[in-house]
Amino acid sequence: MAGEAMLRVEHLTMRFGGLVAVNDVSFEVHRGTIAALIGPNGAGKTTVFNCITGFYKPSEGRIALQHGDSSAWQSLDQLTDSGKRERRDANGALFLLERMPDYLVAQRARVARTFQNIRLFSGMTVLENLMVAQHNPLMLASGYTVLGVLGFPGYAVREYEAVEKARGWLERLELVDRADDPAGDLPYGAQRRLEIARAMCTDPVLLCLDEPAAGLNAHESAELNELLLAIRKDFGTTILLIEHDMSVVMEISDHIVVLDYGVKISDGTPEFVRNDPKVIGAYLGVEDDEVAEVEAEVGL
Amino acid sequence: MTASARRERSEVVHALRDAGITALISFGLFLPLVGLLTITNMNNELRLTTRLPLLVIFVALIAGVRLLVTLVIRPWAERRRALSTRKPFSIPRSFSRWFVPFAIGFLVVYPFISLAAVGYSGSLKWIDNFGIQILIYVMLGWGLNIVVGLAGLLDLGYVAFYAVGAYSYGLLASHFGLSFWILLPLAGILSSFWGILLGFPVLRLRGDYLAIVTLAFGEIIRIVLVNWVDLTNGYAGIAAIPRPTFFGIPFNTDDNGFAATFHLTFSPTHRTIFLYYLILGLALLTGYVTTRLRRLPVGRAWEALREDEIACRSLGINTTNTKLTAFAMGAMFAGFAGSFFAARQGFISPESFTFIESATILSIVVLGGMGSQIGVAIAAVAMIGGTEIMRDMDFLKAIFGDTFDPTQYRMLIFGFAMVLIMIWKPRGLIASREPSVFLKERKTISSELVKEGHG
Ligand SMILES: Nc1ncnc2c1ncn2[C@@H]1O[C@H](COP(=O)(O)OP(=O)(O)OP(=O)(O)O)[C@@H](O)[C@H]1O
Ligand SMILES: [Mg+2]
Repeated sequence: MAGEAMLRVEHLTMRFGGLVAVNDVSFEVHRGTIAALIGPNGAGKTTVFNCITGFYKPSEGRIALQHGDSSAWQSLDQLTDSGKRERRDANGALFLLERMPDYLVAQRARVARTFQNIRLFSGMTVLENLMVAQHNPLMLASGYTVLGVLGFPGYAVREYEAVEKARGWLERLELVDRADDPAGDLPYGAQRRLEIARAMCTDPVLLCLDEPAAGLNAHESAELNELLLAIRKDFGTTILLIEHDMSVVMEISDHIVVLDYGVKISDGTPEFVRNDPKVIGAYLGVEDDEVAEVEAEVGL
Repeated sequence: MTASARRERSEVVHALRDAGITALISFGLFLPLVGLLTITNMNNELRLTTRLPLLVIFVALIAGVRLLVTLVIRPWAERRRALSTRKPFSIPRSFSRWFVPFAIGFLVVYPFISLAAVGYSGSLKWIDNFGIQILIYVMLGWGLNIVVGLAGLLDLGYVAFYAVGAYSYGLLASHFGLSFWILLPLAGILSSFWGILLGFPVLRLRGDYLAIVTLAFGEIIRIVLVNWVDLTNGYAGIAAIPRPTFFGIPFNTDDNGFAATFHLTFSPTHRTIFLYYLILGLALLTGYVTTRLRRLPVGRAWEALREDEIACRSLGINTTNTKLTAFAMGAMFAGFAGSFFAARQGFISPESFTFIESATILSIVVLGGMGSQIGVAIAAVAMIGGTEIMRDMDFLKAIFGDTFDPTQYRMLIFGFAMVLIMIWKPRGLIASREPSVFLKERKTISSELVKEGHG
């Protein structure tokens, strides 16, 4: 596994009333890797994502993200005790995501995400979707609207650059010809990829994808694999993904975390997880002591 | 008898029965509304009289229309629908390209057309009742369009900001004698300040809850205006508000008045024409600024907010601030319009700022097509112009009898027109959306994909 930890999830617990959706889960995601979060339906994967990206406030636990130099980790406890939510110095920055509202997690900690049910702006064009993603830098360029309304020329340049950036992504997705069509008119697979491109337009350091291959055919899944590998190669973005499609998970991820009923049951390389009896048990829905029998049946 | 003839006969019988039921229901409805009339006689006694002929005309008319709909219009519409796959309606580009400059050109020369056509005193009505009145509502419609049409926040209390603008001008002008040109921006700022003040607690709410709270806010402002007699003079309102001057030159008969300065014979129409150009300028400013805002990041964020708030937050957009700016912008234009209103009337009272005003402005936005500026302008012309024309519809007396007063049936006719439009075009007159930026070609987006917001 390359690099050092960039995201640390520690003792994360999320309760909804009496239901414990995530129970004391800890794991790390390393810089520049592709990590996967897997588990049966209702295991709590999306809930973990929602906690990381600030949509839910965890009942307990700490979620820390670090930019830049790994020396930033040394001040983690200090930051936690100080009650602040972020700390920046010359070498990097440290964020406590559980203390930040959702939009700041995206804006300041630079964590982008996609959704299990596609959430594109379907009545806006494909290009507009990518422009909305560049809201914060463009807002600054338009002088928080004041200069923009008055027609200061600086903004036009920045907007042109933003369009060019969007065009770059559309070329990558082979969607340039559909740039001016409403996003809701795209075929399903293209919508999934557009949502990823939109998240990437926010310049994230960590990209969280909730079931990006859901509903894709084998060919589209293969394309998705290529896209994700290219994103890591060209932008150095770390990727954390939830996935049921094992062809995606096993092929591209460096590291897999397995959840079942809100509890982490396995954590390691694809090779390790694939052969972990607990994982096999969870997926086949049998108790631990019966795993040996099942393994024998399926011929492992 | 052939099968088809038999079917036709049964259809006619069915339609007749249907029309009969309709007649019965409308008789029940209109008997108290139209058939009975209370009149106070000379001795101050309340007398009940009947208007049976009028009632019969109403019921016959409704039953007739119903018969027409079931026998002719509905089968025709069904046949048409079966024949053609419906293409989404959008205004052709050439139309919108020519329409806007043409409309602005027409509005600029409009006072002179009416002067030439009906002379000084005759044109007063055309410039004031039609021109100024409609333009005020165009401006209000465009202002509310930012909040409702672009950001998708249902605001039922928009008139509150109009009132804040009007009272800001009325009070500050009469107490401190500040000029219109200072108070106009000040009124806008004060209104947007109130917009933000209301926005902070309220924008956490969504959909129906937001609508109810804004409705309440509109009422609170009005009731404060009624009851804070020391400041606002209550129901009696504020009278003798200083009228705007032509950059310092008053519109009066004095030697230094407008007419004398420009060597014209005095006419009250001069001021009206000045006010007309003033509101035209303000309305065009509103339209221009809104058009620009739509192409800026804020405008795009407003529309994205209407489409999907959660996705906006995942992209790092501060949705609370974005909603607040929409509220503040909308309120600011209402404040401008309010201070113009106070300057034009010279008198304001809480009566002018009732819920029905909010409802009228909102229906202009909804009828026009949420988000479409041209649509909103057309709807304002139709609704407000329609109200004014209704005052002049004397020919209706030929049908309904001499005592018929068309203005009393304004709301009825409106409601009817509104129902028709909602059947014909449920998303408003111009429902398609223009993209704010394009790579190769600007294509309009059909209304089916565009969301209306959830509050
Ligand atoms: N907002 C919420 N309120 C109450 N319960 C919730 C909420 N969100 C999730 N849950 C519950 O938490 C559990 C975990 O849900 P979650 O969506 O995280 O599962 P998942 O692993 O993403 O499943 P899937 O593979 O089906 O997407 C489920 O039992 C779910 O019903
Ligand atoms: Mg899920």
